[in-house]
Amino acid sequence: MTDEQPRKSGLRLLLDAGRPRATRAQVIGGILCGLLGFALVTQVHSTTGLGFTTARQSDLVDILDSLSARSDQLRAQIAAEQASLAKLTGGTNQTEAALEEAQQRAATLQILAGTAAATGPGIDLQITDPQHQVAADDLLEALEELRDAGAEAIQITGAAASNTAAAAATSPGPAGAAITPTAVPGASGHVVRLVANSYFVDAPDRSGVVVDGVSLVPPYDIVAIGDPHTMSTAMGIPGGVLDTLTGKGAHGTVLTHDTVQVTALHQVTAPQYARPAPSASSAG
Amino acid sequence: MIAAIALAVGVVLGVILHPTVPVGLQPYLPIAVVAALDAVFGAIRAILDGIFDDKVFVVSFIANVLVAALIVFLGDQLGVGSQLSTAVVVVLGIRIFSNAAAIRRHLFRA
Repeated sequence: MTDEQPRKSGLRLLLDAGRPRATRAQVIGGILCGLLGFALVTQVHSTTGLGFTTARQSDLVDILDSLSARSDQLRAQIAAEQASLAKLTGGTNQTEAALEEAQQRAATLQILAGTAAATGPGIDLQITDPQHQVAADDLLEALEELRDAGAEAIQITGAAASNTAAAAATSPGPAGAAITPTAVPGASGHVVRLVANSYFVDAPDRSGVVVDGVSLVPPYDIVAIGDPHTMSTAMGIPGGVLDTLTGKGAHGTVLTHDTVQVTALHQVTAPQYARPAPSASSAG
Repeated sequence: MIAAIALAVGVVLGVILHPTVPVGLQPYLPIAVVAALDAVFGAIRAILDGIFDDKVFVVSFIANVLVAALIVFLGDQLGVGSQLSTAVVVVLGIRIFSNAAAIRRHLFRA
């Protein structure tokens, strides 16, 4: 068909058609083309805008679905991470608590074993014995009474015995040859911390007592940490420590203090045979 | 020529005025634009074929736009709006391509 038409080039044909003429066809075509350009640009603008404004409902629902699925996934991940975080933190707290408890227990045991200095309310039992009549039994009785009354840390101070007496006293003692390091030469003599395995022996020359291998001579000074009222009452009961001392010509004085210091330390040696037995009851 | 100038004027107006598409018209405008493009390409081809008629152009332009919008509207009502608009775009795209091919053959004889 087109081949039989006069050989007019397509471009020429277009230019002919486009030549400005005030025909109705030109005007209407121009209006429609202008409308098309306007709509085109408008649509391009709205598409390059937000993106969601032109999306249809089902697309929006799809987007929302995928977003909520993703958010669920992320939320589950957060929960898992938080759980593991809580587990880790909880483990740390548990370890810290166990450590703290162990340290508290260690401090308590140190006071009980006499390896740490202690301070607190307590009494000061001063014993003057000008006639050297107070024997090891009497001091032991005083110690037992104090323990019964709830004394938690006890030390005894005595004047230093003369060298000969000390040598004579310590040689038969089970603690060994020389003066043990538990003896602290203080201003008023030697100080000995009284612990579970402390012992009292009469000095051979009856001048004093040997406590844990340390020779002490009067006057004695026993410092005990505990309830001051209970301990002073225990000392003063009829037939008790003070009465016994008075009956022997010695004199005991009980002073209660809000704060007393037990500074003497006991040297602990590791047990040679005994070992801690594994027991479930140690948890309590 | 007038048509080309009007197209340019429309584009410039759109750029300057920067109108926002009304919400009710949003799903139909892109389809309508594609349909109008199809009508324009068809008109150009008709000119080159020597069978251009202004009435046919106007009617086909408006009918294309309206039918395309109607199909999309129907699809939206039936719940297959996105699929139907895709179908309309595909069909119109094929028509635009074939028209463009005919125009190319006329202009370049190839």
